[in-house]
Amino acid sequence: MADPVLEIRDLAKSFDALKATDGVSLDLRPGEIHALIGPNGAGKTTLMHQISGALRPDSGSIRFLGQDVLPLGIAARARLGLGRTFQVSSLIPEFSALRNVMLAAQARQGSSFRFLRNVMHDRTLLDAAGAALDRVGLTDRASVAAAELSHGERRQLEIAIAIALGARAFLLDEPMAGMGPEGSRTLTAFLDKLRAEAPILLVEHDMDAVFALADRVSVLVYGRIIASGSVAEIRNDPAVREAYLGDGA
Amino acid sequence: MTRERLLTFALLAALLALPFAAQALGYPFYTTLATRMAILALAATGLNIALGLGGLVSFGHAAFFGIGGYAAGIVATHAMNAQPLLGLDIPASMPLVWLLAALSAGLVAAITGAISLRTSGVYFIMITLAFAQMIFYFAISWKAYGGEDGLSIALRNGFPGMNTAVPRDLFMIAFALLLAGLLIFWRVRVSRFGAALHAARQNELRVAAIGIEPFPIRLVAFVVSAMITAVAGAMFAELNRFASPSMLAWPMSGELIVLIILGGTGRLAGPVAGAMLYVMLEYWLGSITERWQFFLGLTLLGVVLFARGGIVGLVAGKARHG
Repeated sequence: MADPVLEIRDLAKSFDALKATDGVSLDLRPGEIHALIGPNGAGKTTLMHQISGALRPDSGSIRFLGQDVLPLGIAARARLGLGRTFQVSSLIPEFSALRNVMLAAQARQGSSFRFLRNVMHDRTLLDAAGAALDRVGLTDRASVAAAELSHGERRQLEIAIAIALGARAFLLDEPMAGMGPEGSRTLTAFLDKLRAEAPILLVEHDMDAVFALADRVSVLVYGRIIASGSVAEIRNDPAVREAYLGDGA
Repeated sequence: MTRERLLTFALLAALLALPFAAQALGYPFYTTLATRMAILALAATGLNIALGLGGLVSFGHAAFFGIGGYAAGIVATHAMNAQPLLGLDIPASMPLVWLLAALSAGLVAAITGAISLRTSGVYFIMITLAFAQMIFYFAISWKAYGGEDGLSIALRNGFPGMNTAVPRDLFMIAFALLLAGLLIFWRVRVSRFGAALHAARQNELRVAAIGIEPFPIRLVAFVVSAMITAVAGAMFAELNRFASPSMLAWPMSGELIVLIILGGTGRLAGPVAGAMLYVMLEYWLGSITERWQFFLGLTLLGVVLFARGGIVGLVAGKARHG
């Protein structure tokens, strides 16, 4: 089996008495979608924060592309290729959709210490950003300020940004949240193709999407992974049914 | 042409015309007012890079303004008395003064910025204020350069091909520096650097999450901002023939912020509009009442409550970011 792109071992993080992450180990392998599910408060976003560098774990290790990334900050991990989207859309509100993506293309190209050229005439940035917007279907909305986009469009824009920064792994924190059924279906089809580009660690509450997409599913409850396996295995796991899916599933 | 660009040209044309109109109408003193406007506009343009583009509310830019002023005073004094400065014989030359002003302010900004940019919000405001006050107290205790009395400039430093003792020549130099400052601001704003700086002001986490460290971007902006304000400070001392400790004191920092808010934060023409209005209020209201700052306060209140974008915002509408 190919080496995992992302390798998390025995990760732990406590907030006072609360063990938000309690000995989590998981892998993300090339070409796969690994879904992380669990009830609210299970510690999914806390885990994402530790992977992306926004939070420091108390112990454990995170290796990305074979490199120990624990000493690195958010920006350095992003430059290595960790493309993260946020549970609550986090964009540059006054910038248009296009400029939001251009900034990611700029980050990917390396230097932001350039003072002479007008970015709005920089073909390399415009082309890269235009292509990423096109892929998520936001071309029509390119010139609209991020603050004025609809909720669903902002979710799409987050993904366009992750694409434009050349992610080697996507960390998607509830990309379907707040999207209508139509939007969810479109996004599901899109993520299905995106995995060929880079593997996806997907935190998601939309079980239809998870079961349609995931190669593997890990279930997080109270900071611990209680089960990990294929969609079929997870659906039939009695512990998971009890803790999370409910008897109807 | 956009309305903002039109307004910028109109303001600059009006400022440039002022000394000539003043001469023609027999009010030569207005040339000095116009020079004061240009210099304050330049100082505020420097601050506008940090405050307007970067959202870094520096309450310590008086330090850089004053460092520039003292650079002018020190060079003029040494040249006048034929005393070497740091072992070198120096000419009474404005370009040399600007270089010294920009380099020393840039160095101080790099050090104080590296510390203060680790904080944000009110803490950043307070720490920049604290550094500026430290430099103020240092200056007033530095007896060799006038201490509390400041440093008089008996003879202005020179500029090749100009007679800096002639008000209009001095104005032209100040105006040219203002244009250069505006050019730098404009290029910074539209460049990749400006995009990162502007984005970090709006959402620091997002900027980091795409792989751009906000800290070095902000530090460079802070240093460039300080350097421009320092050159303006040098010209301010030349204009008044006096490097005053009050240039370093906190009310000066406040004045620069007020200019920007009056004119339009982050807008190219904001500091120009703000400085022109401020100097006009200072002069005309000041000739009517000693309490002109009360009316300045009312104006500022009006702008903050009803015209957040300042004068430029009123005329040209909200800023667009492409």
